[in-house]
Amino acid sequence: MRNYTGKAPLLAKHLTLLAGAAVMILPFVWMLSTSLKPPHEVLSWPPQLIPRTFTLENYRTVFATAPFVRFFFNSLLMASVSTVAILLTSATAGYVFAKFDFPFKNFLFILTLSTAMVPLEVYMIPLYMSMVRMGWVNTFIGLVAPYLIMSYGIFFMRQNIMASIPDELLDAARIDGASEWKIFRIVVFPMLSGPIGAISIFAFQQTWAAFIWPLIITSSRELWTMELGLGMFQYRFTVDLGPINAGSILSLIPVLAVFLVMRKKIIQGITLTGMKA
Amino acid sequence: MKTKSTAPAARRRGLSEIERKKRIFAYSMIAPVILIFGFVRILPIFQNFLYSFFHSSIGNPLEKFLGLANFTDLFKDHLFILSLRNTTFFALFVTFFSVIFAVLLAVMLSSPTRGGAFYETVYFLPVITPMVPVAVVWKWIYDPTYGLLNYILSWFGVAPVGWLVFPDTAMIAIIIMSVWKIVGYNMIIFLVGIRDIPESYLEAARIDGANTLQVFRRITLPLLRPIMLFVLVISTINSYNVFTQVFIMTSGPQGAPGNAVRTIVFDIYENAFRYFRTGYAAAEAVVLFLIILALTLTQFGISGSRERRERSRLKRKGASA
Repeated sequence: MRNYTGKAPLLAKHLTLLAGAAVMILPFVWMLSTSLKPPHEVLSWPPQLIPRTFTLENYRTVFATAPFVRFFFNSLLMASVSTVAILLTSATAGYVFAKFDFPFKNFLFILTLSTAMVPLEVYMIPLYMSMVRMGWVNTFIGLVAPYLIMSYGIFFMRQNIMASIPDELLDAARIDGASEWKIFRIVVFPMLSGPIGAISIFAFQQTWAAFIWPLIITSSRELWTMELGLGMFQYRFTVDLGPINAGSILSLIPVLAVFLVMRKKIIQGITLTGMKA
Repeated sequence: MKTKSTAPAARRRGLSEIERKKRIFAYSMIAPVILIFGFVRILPIFQNFLYSFFHSSIGNPLEKFLGLANFTDLFKDHLFILSLRNTTFFALFVTFFSVIFAVLLAVMLSSPTRGGAFYETVYFLPVITPMVPVAVVWKWIYDPTYGLLNYILSWFGVAPVGWLVFPDTAMIAIIIMSVWKIVGYNMIIFLVGIRDIPESYLEAARIDGANTLQVFRRITLPLLRPIMLFVLVISTINSYNVFTQVFIMTSGPQGAPGNAVRTIVFDIYENAFRYFRTGYAAAEAVVLFLIILALTLTQFGISGSRERRERSRLKRKGASA
């Protein structure tokens, strides 16, 4: 047994882990608790972790005063379009890089991979200018454009296809007269459920959490995402804490729901690929 | 394939037909991906270098060629110097503390632990959570009058602190929050690294009479070095890009004065999108890029030379054996 701690310090270990876990979870509890308190209780002293009276008033206020439903659907649409696009581009490019040969293949592969380390913050200015030229500022296409591809996605797909799909299988399908597109659709794609699951979680999470790009590319509230809406509301206005925490809870739900259902897969994906959540 | 004698030729033609179709398929699949890549990544990265050498006006990023003037101006700009210093400070401390806590947690969780999966989930929760809502709630926790943190500190007789109001404490507050956010990610990476260490190594050390601490220092830690390097570099790079939590927690009517925790990306954002000094901001982005590049190359360099050393050591061993 891998046993770094002796029997006596076992209690100390569990106490440490529990204390740490409490610190990790407390902000979430505090957020939820604040969102369920009536206004006069939010600013009570000493602070109450459990509301004396539970109310959904703050959630009603969020929906009534700010277009959060709109923000929510913008985020949902943006993250979904981004996820589907990243899956398609990663699967096709990963497949081609894994199983085909053509001039400049290695150059193109290294090109796509080498940009993985360059964060959006480095090149957002020229990208924004391109959007201006295309007339895509404050449009949905402009909002989602940087999130249609993912270097890690292509790399991860390529590794998976190289490891799991034998050339003989593809050649057999070719000899049977299947077209290349049909082979991709019927033979290859269904075998990629593992990487597809991992990549879609990361793509969705990453796009849902986007902040600086929506901040610069949108100018009207109609296009704001959940993150941007929350950020702007607490930035521009002195808001009531109850509603803003209710809005925060709402923006956490999709990501946390996916996480709690697919916890194992997400943690595996991170350790396999070094993908940043 | 009419007769036997022409069969090989036909087959050759057939194969090349297949090859041709493969080529067409490959190009038509890869072309759209490369096109998008070019448009949203590669082109802007190159354009950013270009812009950094120019004076810009609204609508024309290439108004007048300046050479390196933007860069020399940058290092005379006290706001940029402040941002660079703040960001470096932030990156070093977030990385340092998140790695220390992550290693400790990973060591504790690497042995079979009751509730291990529960702890993994809980510590990982902030990693998967988007930044804006957690920044919003942390800002509320740091509230000087009604905040939860000051309340908890008051149990120990600490007078209320205006966490986000003063530059020094604002930086500490944002560092604490950011460590909280990423410690779970680093922990998971270390956890895998520790679990990959062959049990026999640890067993052998223990049989030789090493105690827990010695096993950790002499066996676990050295074997974790490549992963340690990866985590250090990734954490530092990500910390250099800090923006969202600073934007949420320090600006706006309830936040600290803007410059208190000014970071590089915040400075880029203001210069480019508030004052429309595109070329100048692009030069800042180039500096950020160079920092990230240097960190990445350090990682490749160190792990590369380590690998070479290991290999030559093994070769020497093989030769002597």
